[in-house]
Amino acid sequence: MTTPTHERDRPSEGGPGHYLDVRDLKVHFSTDDGLVKSVDGLSFHVDRGKTLGIVGESGSGKSVTSMAVMGLHTAKNAQLSGSIKLDGQELVGADPGAIRKLRGKKMAMIFQDPLSSMHPFYTVGNQIIEAYRIHNDVSKKQARKHAIEMLDRVGIPEPGQRVDAYPHQFSGGMRQRAMIAMSLSCDPDLLIADEPTTALDVTVQAQILDLIRDLQQEFNSAVVIITHDLGVVAELADDILVMYAGRGAEYGTAEQLFNGPGHPYTWGLLGSMPRFDKAPTDRLMPIRGTPPSLIRVPQGCAFNPRCDYQERVGSACLIDRPDLDNPGGDHFVACHIPPAERQQIWAQEISPRLA
Amino acid sequence: MFSYIVRRLIAAVGLVIVISMITFAIFYLMPRLAGASPETLATRYVGRAATGATVEQTAERLGFYDPVPVQYYHWVKGVVAGTEVDIGSGVEKCPAPCLGYSFRNKDPVFPLIQQRFPVTLSLAVGAAVIWLIFGVSTGVVSALKRGSIFDRAAMLVALAGVSLPIFWTGLICLSFFSYKLGWTPPGATYTQLTDNPLKWAHGLLLPWITLALLFSAQYARLTRAGMLETMGEDYIRTARAKGLNERTVVIKHGLRSALTPIVTIFGLDFGLLIGGAVLTETVFGLPGLGKMAIDATKNNDLPQVLGVVLITAVFVAVMNLIVDLLYAVIDPRVRSK
Repeated sequence: MTTPTHERDRPSEGGPGHYLDVRDLKVHFSTDDGLVKSVDGLSFHVDRGKTLGIVGESGSGKSVTSMAVMGLHTAKNAQLSGSIKLDGQELVGADPGAIRKLRGKKMAMIFQDPLSSMHPFYTVGNQIIEAYRIHNDVSKKQARKHAIEMLDRVGIPEPGQRVDAYPHQFSGGMRQRAMIAMSLSCDPDLLIADEPTTALDVTVQAQILDLIRDLQQEFNSAVVIITHDLGVVAELADDILVMYAGRGAEYGTAEQLFNGPGHPYTWGLLGSMPRFDKAPTDRLMPIRGTPPSLIRVPQGCAFNPRCDYQERVGSACLIDRPDLDNPGGDHFVACHIPPAERQQIWAQEISPRLA
Repeated sequence: MFSYIVRRLIAAVGLVIVISMITFAIFYLMPRLAGASPETLATRYVGRAATGATVEQTAERLGFYDPVPVQYYHWVKGVVAGTEVDIGSGVEKCPAPCLGYSFRNKDPVFPLIQQRFPVTLSLAVGAAVIWLIFGVSTGVVSALKRGSIFDRAAMLVALAGVSLPIFWTGLICLSFFSYKLGWTPPGATYTQLTDNPLKWAHGLLLPWITLALLFSAQYARLTRAGMLETMGEDYIRTARAKGLNERTVVIKHGLRSALTPIVTIFGLDFGLLIGGAVLTETVFGLPGLGKMAIDATKNNDLPQVLGVVLITAVFVAVMNLIVDLLYAVIDPRVRSK
């Protein structure tokens, strides 16, 4: 298991061959109402064969991050800065044409709603064939054979016939499988799955997650899975990045995050998770308040208006923005509460209530 | 798919029948309700100078004394199977589709329509080609460069194009291109396409431009709105994520979806237009169906008016049917329903 190393202190280091290496990424949108800092100084990395889970509420910047990696921010008002390195190649500021050639081939994406993400007028097969032929100089017949193989590989029964079906003729789970087949048709080394199971039935969710895991092992690809559902990352992720208001709040291995989460926001997320093994009478512990506006992010720690532990630290939370820091360690938490105290709060106050 | 076609076909036939009933009622039932007698109608054929006996005879001969539904039955029978009409100077055979005889000159109506139809069709087809090319491409570019100077200018021109009435733009075109520059013949002349294609196009150029200006404007706005919507769809993001080049994304994935509502409107517009471009034909003096309808209305020539209205209704219904079938071709979701 890889452990995240401390990137922020060593920005000059080339990174020991991380397949995807994002540093200090900022994605800002200038709007009539002001500058929207959707992503504001985010760093993470993924190696081949590993899975990173990015977790956060709606509007925390998860999807904006993935779109930035894919080079899909086409809006004129989008400003990207920082660094995104894919297999050593810098993507921020790169020629859009060059990034386009990487899309689908080296990095591919699965979207949340497979029905709206597939073109309703073209057959599933045609859409896969199209994706394959962009990057491979093959005949239509060969591409079609490949599409059928891909559909078969993702577990679609009778792929020879289903290849000619339209997306609306598939069930939700089958559509997502087809979407995965399309994404993987060019054998990409990086797969970004943006809420891949959110629009699906619970029973289908597990199948899709299993499929992603199997395919990852088979192709040895790096996977970034974006979700608001901690259950999903618990299934899949090696590392987890918790995002809040466009920044990393906590970054560590899945084990660290589930066994000893350090950020009050992560505690809140864990407390908001419905659990089968708890008595139905136990209340969930939701996080109070709502995510902040990305135009007026609260001063100091962006989470301070919603944090139950802010009084313990005092004014630092209202003034200084905490860095995602842990000198010498590999589990990063952006919080002013001293680590020892946080451990204590978790062990004595939070975890008993979750058990 | 087969049942879809059959259902659309039945609906189209039903539509034509209902429209024929309504028009027939407007022209033959309403005057009765308003107090006109069968003799008043007959007077139209024989003229005011005729004696009462002649008028009654004519009314009897033409079946004006029959109840209106019976008259409608005879009229429909004439349209479907043809009929024989006693026009006074002997019995004449009126083959199907028999749309009756003109009050005015006692000519059968259908051949009149046949004669004028090529003019209107030429006008409509030429204008449609121009407005589809200009309207749709302007709309696409405007949508892609939303907020740019091109977009603003195009939408301003489009607003003007939609707002300006044809009789105004037509006259301005005439005065400028024909009288001032002398590029085109004053007014419009109609030469048969088969006689001389160049002359055909030359003579129709001004009416084409006049009509196309109005419709281009409408189609540009429609296309722009449609493109703005489709380009924001998830599947466009997917297409980009696959690594497709932008042109393919726009045309194959974007425009294809945005065209659906345009096809609908186009079917209706074109159907209406081949039933007679009333204003354009009048302004340019083109002897088409629209001009025929206007002249017939002025002369109170009911059978001619009824004939043109019915023909227009049939065109609209047929174009609607074609649009419905095109839907199934364009959108597979329609096919499987």
